[in-house]
Amino acid sequence: MAKQESVSGLVGLLEADGEALADEWVALVAGALGGRISRAELVRELRELYSALLEAIRSGADDAHAEGMSEVRALLTELSRSRARQGFTPSETAVSVLALKRVLEPGLREGAAEKTQAYLQLSRVLDDLALFTIETYTHTREDIISAQADQLMELSTPVVKLWDGVIAVPLVGTLDSARTQVVMEKLLQALVDTGSEQAIIDITGVAAVDTQVAQHLLKTIVAARLMGAECTVSGIRPQIAQTIVALGIEFGDIVTKATLADALQLALMKSGVELVAQQGLQR
Amino acid sequence: MTTPPPWAAEGGQQTHAIAKNDDVVRARQLARTLAQESKLSLVDQTKFITAASELARNTMVYGGGGELRAGLVRRNGRLGVAAVFDDTGPGIADVDLAMTDGWTSGLGLGLGLSGARRLVDEFLLDTEPGRGTTVTIIKWAR
Repeated sequence: MAKQESVSGLVGLLEADGEALADEWVALVAGALGGRISRAELVRELRELYSALLEAIRSGADDAHAEGMSEVRALLTELSRSRARQGFTPSETAVSVLALKRVLEPGLREGAAEKTQAYLQLSRVLDDLALFTIETYTHTREDIISAQADQLMELSTPVVKLWDGVIAVPLVGTLDSARTQVVMEKLLQALVDTGSEQAIIDITGVAAVDTQVAQHLLKTIVAARLMGAECTVSGIRPQIAQTIVALGIEFGDIVTKATLADALQLALMKSGVELVAQQGLQR
Repeated sequence: MTTPPPWAAEGGQQTHAIAKNDDVVRARQLARTLAQESKLSLVDQTKFITAASELARNTMVYGGGGELRAGLVRRNGRLGVAAVFDDTGPGIADVDLAMTDGWTSGLGLGLGLSGARRLVDEFLLDTEPGRGTTVTIIKWAR
């Protein structure tokens, strides 16, 4: 019986001035978001949310995690996901829910005790829903970040074909164990796919070659050799060369070149391609 | 105890935790920024960055994580860049052995510690088994 009363109290609170309430809600949220989302979209989102919330409370759901709230939670999930993708802050996301509390406040002034009671109850539900929104927002952001990390891993390790039988991997940035694994796999696979016998690893874009990077490079080269390919390391800049010498890293019999052009020339020579400048075109 | 380097007034000294692989990258970026600020030549910058990278990784892998303090230093009017790597790991039992080229207690090339010493102007190793290890490196601008 008490539950029935509290439900009707909540419904009464939300329904009292339904249209005006929803408009005010939209206005408040629009103000907080500073016009970075279209008014029409906001109206649609919040109207949907409003009617879902009303429906849920009518069905007797008085808890943010209740069964009856699943529609509301689904809408909020969608809302916070789109906010996260569009680059809104967590506060700008949660305000969509919390603004409803502020909209309801003026109605309390002349308020009877049961109205205040209903407001407090609704307030608890809305707080929980706001927390749920932020949680979803954070999850979405984490998903985005891990997807970007994966993309970066892929992006930074292209294998390019320079000539028939000659492939190159331009390395950029930091070479850690995970990156090396990707580079090695791609390089070895590309050797098979293209039937190449010459591979060039270009480290022009690698900021610093420390012992770990060198070790990873050496391993990759040894693996490529096991598959019958010859590897050349190119793009060794003067400062990198001096650092490698000071560190005491031995590259052994691995062929290294200063530039990718030198390495390509060598690779072409080894695969029997001769480059001849045309007489008539010589400057 | 090794004496801490005399931090220069300019360029605030920074502290970074070293616990995971990302922190090694961050340590390297800090080393790069400071090396550029102290007007090191390109070669010296690269040497300092590489040494910092080696030591940061040692701190993480062998010291079980620790802390990096880095900043600009000044001595007799000369500007330089310093980095202090501090861990409370197992320490190094045989310093001479650890400083030998090609010797490693792990899976590396065994050149990190000895190589880092050759890359910088000043190298201070303070260690004791069970207490941890502190490595201080300084590179002076020419």
